[in-house]
Amino acid sequence: MSATTAPLLSVERLTMRFGGLLAIDDMSLNVAARQITGVIGPNGAGKTTFFNCLTGFYKPTEGSVRLNHPKRGLMRLEALPSHQVAHKAQVVRTFQNIRLFPKMTVLENLMVAQHNALQHASGFSLAGLFGLAGYRRAEAAAMDKAIGWLKRLDLIDKANTAAGDLPHGMQRRIEIARALCVDPLLLCLDEPAAGLNPRESAELNELLKHLAGDEGIAILLIEHDMSVVMNVSDHICVLNYGRKIAEGTPTHIQQDPNVIKAYLGEDDADEQLHAEASS
Amino acid sequence: MATFVLAPHSLSPATRLKDAAAVAFIALLLGIPMIGLTTVDSGGALQIATRWPTLLIFVGIAFAGRLVLRYGIDQFKAHQLTRERSSAATAAAALADSSGRTAKPALTWVAWAALGVALTLPIFFADNRYVVDTATTVLIYVMLGWGLNVVVGLAGLLDLGYVAFYAVGAYTYAILGTQFGWGFWEALPVAGAMAALFGVLLGWPTLRLRGDYLAIVTLGFGEIIRVILVNWTELSGGPNGIASIPRPTFFGLELKPPGDDPTFSSFFGIEYSPIHRLIFLYYLILALALLTNLFVSRMRKLPIGRAWEAIREDEIACKAMGINARNVKLSAFAIGAMLGGFAGVFFAARMGFISPESFTFSESAIILAIVVLGGMGSQLGVVLASLVLVLLPELGRDFAEYRMLLFGAAMVLIMVWKPGGILSHREPTLRYTADGDGK
Repeated sequence: MSATTAPLLSVERLTMRFGGLLAIDDMSLNVAARQITGVIGPNGAGKTTFFNCLTGFYKPTEGSVRLNHPKRGLMRLEALPSHQVAHKAQVVRTFQNIRLFPKMTVLENLMVAQHNALQHASGFSLAGLFGLAGYRRAEAAAMDKAIGWLKRLDLIDKANTAAGDLPHGMQRRIEIARALCVDPLLLCLDEPAAGLNPRESAELNELLKHLAGDEGIAILLIEHDMSVVMNVSDHICVLNYGRKIAEGTPTHIQQDPNVIKAYLGEDDADEQLHAEASS
Repeated sequence: MATFVLAPHSLSPATRLKDAAAVAFIALLLGIPMIGLTTVDSGGALQIATRWPTLLIFVGIAFAGRLVLRYGIDQFKAHQLTRERSSAATAAAALADSSGRTAKPALTWVAWAALGVALTLPIFFADNRYVVDTATTVLIYVMLGWGLNVVVGLAGLLDLGYVAFYAVGAYTYAILGTQFGWGFWEALPVAGAMAALFGVLLGWPTLRLRGDYLAIVTLGFGEIIRVILVNWTELSGGPNGIASIPRPTFFGLELKPPGDDPTFSSFFGIEYSPIHRLIFLYYLILALALLTNLFVSRMRKLPIGRAWEAIREDEIACKAMGINARNVKLSAFAIGAMLGGFAGVFFAARMGFISPESFTFSESAIILAIVVLGGMGSQLGVVLASLVLVLLPELGRDFAEYRMLLFGAAMVLIMVWKPGGILSHREPTLRYTADGDGK
């Protein structure tokens, strides 16, 4: 792809071992800025483990994850604890099984995402306790940012509703909105289209394209819904049994025999190839 | 869902009376041992006397109270129902929203009424030591409840050893006061800081624990502190405790019989009465408790408060949002412990004598029960639960051996009727209003 510029994130020879299980095996991947990189693979291929290694929730057994941060320079994500990956490196993730703060309102969820900036502005609660003007300004700015995202993701009607009371599709959007409030450089979405209906999936496509194209946020996308992945990804990486088996553009991936084999099995793949040949 | 609900305001008077009668019956059953019978000391021998008229009044109050309460609940529900129907399209979401808005003014009203009663209580009972003293006890528990609410209600860290911080505060003041001649006001911040330090000390090793495991460790911590106090005789006086702890002063004026130094009564030129000290102590703990409330409710609306609640809701999501879960948890432990320490200082100053016996596990259990019964995170709920949990045993004083039974039964009943606590409604820390930013 864009080999001229240095990649935003480069994963090199990443290996994650749980006892005897090799969850990720010697995987390397580059993620370019302002692009959507899809990570696909059958169930249990190691996609979520890959995300966990990236975002500090797991410490990889071997390998490195390097982020080329525009302001802070080169950062080694595998050495950072999870909260610093989000706070300092601005690599923010969502979860496969949605993790909102269910009893807090949607707006509060988005305010929690801006905790570090606000906590700093509140003078570690002292300035906030006395309601000093500086803190009030910071809080108003944080509210504006949260409300801005809520409006753009069509969630503003639900701003004061407890997040846990909302339907599934909406919770997915809230989780993305909340991640966006952390000001991500790289947004890691773990199956954002799971449980969405076709219309919601189509809206998600538009949103992702907008975020990468207009907002300049690089997106790393784990997804099973091919209508989403093939549609929005600039680049796709396919995992199977923890190994990277293919990488390339969506059209390239769709024709890759290894990928077809991984998804459809040996015989089916043969049949499909025959079918393609005869047509 | 609205179609399944019988319109509550259409309940027949007979149904209402039946309902109230059932409550009155329960009150009667409870009241026979608690109020109907009492022990009198007649020449050294205890005899049982009866108080049937008082019991009758009690049952009558329960009956009337239930009628009024039922009516209030029905009105509230009917109000909710009409709202629900009017916005049937967005029923599910609007319900959570609208119930919040209608519940709020009623609760605010109750809170102000409670404050009014609290402020004027000593004026009406200026000659009744017992009432002022019991009210002071209630307020200590209210303050402890508000402090523990930070740890359990907001941050969701189940702490079964909260009394340890209460003890640390009390002993810090007792030692500073008796050994080094410190006064109440100088010792207050130091003891608070000391308790906060112990909070961090407990918090640090338990950072990775949750739920039951955390509860067991905190339980152990509470016991460790108590056992240390029993055994480290040089420091704490062991089981004998520490006596003649200095009393709090009113801007440097002592509240004691007139002597050489100017005292409260001589300074203001009023006749000395021992009740002055009790009333002063009452207002002191009221002020401390109100400050605690103000502090905690402000903290809750700050980023740190929201982070506490977020940790309770989902720690992993917090980390993914860049929140340092360790600092957030430690701050909850420290702040909660500090407030417990303040209450401990007051306790030591009020009693003038402390011993490890005042800081047993059952104290922790009572404070935790206050928080849980009141509704986790609810400030007003803590007040109501403290009233119930302190006054109930006081009413059943003559039947000390059944107190815990009654106590347990009351808790079970509240948990059956109100699983989320007496007041389980959660008020958002901020709201979005359509005209620009929120408040």
